[in-house]
Amino acid sequence: MRNRYFLSQAWLIATLLGGLLIAAESAHSQLQVRITEGVARPFPIAVVPFAWNGAGDVPFDLAELVATDLSDSGRFQAIPNENMLTQPTRPADVNYRDWGILNVDYVVIGQLEQVSPDNFTAAFQLFDVVRGEQLLGFRVSTATQDLRAAGHQIADMVYEEIIGIPGIFSTRIAYINEVRDSEGEAIYRLIVADADGENARVVTESSLPVMSPTFSPDGRRLAYVSFEGNRARIFVQTLRTGNREVVSQRAGVNGAPAFSPDGRKLALTLSRDGNLDIFTLDLTTQVLIQITRNPAIDTQPVWSADGETIFFTSDRAGRAQVYKVRADAGQKVERVTFRGTYNARPRLAPNGNTLAVEYLDNDNYRIAAVDPHSGELIDILTSGSLDESPSFAPNGDTIIYATRRGNQGVLSTISTDGRIQREIAAVDGDVREPVWSPFARP
Amino acid sequence: MDKITRISAVLFMGLALAACQGGGRMPDSSTDGNTAVFGGDDGASTSGMGDGSRVAMTPEEAEIARLMQDLIVYFEFDQSDIRFEFNDMLAAHGSYLADNPMKRVRLEGHADETGGREYNIGLGERRAQAVRRILMLQGASAAQLETVSYGEERPAALGSDEEAYGLNRRVELVYE
Repeated sequence: MRNRYFLSQAWLIATLLGGLLIAAESAHSQLQVRITEGVARPFPIAVVPFAWNGAGDVPFDLAELVATDLSDSGRFQAIPNENMLTQPTRPADVNYRDWGILNVDYVVIGQLEQVSPDNFTAAFQLFDVVRGEQLLGFRVSTATQDLRAAGHQIADMVYEEIIGIPGIFSTRIAYINEVRDSEGEAIYRLIVADADGENARVVTESSLPVMSPTFSPDGRRLAYVSFEGNRARIFVQTLRTGNREVVSQRAGVNGAPAFSPDGRKLALTLSRDGNLDIFTLDLTTQVLIQITRNPAIDTQPVWSADGETIFFTSDRAGRAQVYKVRADAGQKVERVTFRGTYNARPRLAPNGNTLAVEYLDNDNYRIAAVDPHSGELIDILTSGSLDESPSFAPNGDTIIYATRRGNQGVLSTISTDGRIQREIAAVDGDVREPVWSPFARP
Repeated sequence: MDKITRISAVLFMGLALAACQGGGRMPDSSTDGNTAVFGGDDGASTSGMGDGSRVAMTPEEAEIARLMQDLIVYFEFDQSDIRFEFNDMLAAHGSYLADNPMKRVRLEGHADETGGREYNIGLGERRAQAVRRILMLQGASAAQLETVSYGEERPAALGSDEEAYGLNRRVELVYE
């Protein structure tokens, strides 16, 4: 069974912001338009086509990538090239009046230079039109195959300079894709892609279900559950090499893996006599510690940032609610959520101040934000009927989750203030169980 | 219960259930609303009677053939209790396993799509374990029984209505 191969699959992301339509066409040339709601006034920004100094045609349109990234965040609106009165490529050529006329707040210009056949330097400068000054300038060295990555880095720097928090354009997303072949048989794939859906690669593929993907804290490994062989096993796979090992294949349920913040342990769900409880497994010593001991279904563990608390789902009170317990097997279990009849699958924001949960809102399963300290419901963020599997972006600003459009499983993102919404659909089949990678580390 | 009585009971039950129950893995099972003979409007509605082939079989073989068409137990929403209408069918399977110690069966537990995925693994596991307990009470040994929960990951019926949900809350007996 293949563990990794390159899949030239592109997500279709289309946003409709104030009449501006940006669409990315898939390898199958099938256009899917999705409505996005943005902030009341995204920052108008001009990302001017970069100067090209090298042999032959420009190998990559960095400006277009940066403009798409910034616009997809919902906080910017990039103006089309044809609206630009001038297209400067040097700082001295930037005339603030040209941009003030267009009501543009920020301008990005850049220069892509070929150093050798496969090596380039990308430089950019960011200008504040209202204040009439340059905010930022930076230079990135890169090889041909990394030009997209350089573009995402530039978008990250522009985003952070203006918005004040790190951008997530260089991060990745893992998700499950299920397609049916011509005989109606299911094929399950665990896929990792860039945050914009490009560079999708199959991590594992099976005719039996794959589920519950989760990144290690260093972003280099994925743990997941696979039912190959008609039994549940937890695998940990190294993304760069494709090598994987089974870390748990006990009789019964092996599920819901979650790496500890130091990456040395997994919290996971095991069953004994059909009863699901939460355990921690030291990946080096193989020491297994039982964390919950209750006839209820205890599952979906997630660690606090200091590694001392585990939040989880339990139906010990009748229906699913969120609880927390000490990670050292102290077994002092406290209930967290009291509002509503169903709160499940907690995920902690990076700053630890918000829990995203699956929440039953009358008859609709939606994503809600809950205060992990008080248990208070902060906000119901989404408006679907089968919304599930929330995952925070590492900058804490956005949540990606799974939802439905008609019969198709699709992914959607919502900003944590609930205002910016974006939908992502696969070309083929259903996508679900998205998980956001940590920030990329060298 | 002696063997003759047991076979008779199974034959009777098999005849009655053949009128309304198919079995096995049918991802496209038609939902045309046939109701099961034994009460419980659980939407189990695959055709099982008169499949056309008639071969000369011994009564025992016929009994087993009918038993092997009756392989799915259905459940109520959020429940893992075995509904009474499945007791006889599970008793028959338990007896069969007791009489055939070399036979093994995998109990595959499932849930409908409402609720979280990993939580539904728990529901499917509870259901598989409930079936396992009944089979062992009827004489099957632990070594013959394996359980796996697929949660909501392998629905029998695609769809987001109660009819599909009813068909997905199930345990399937998969003989190996």
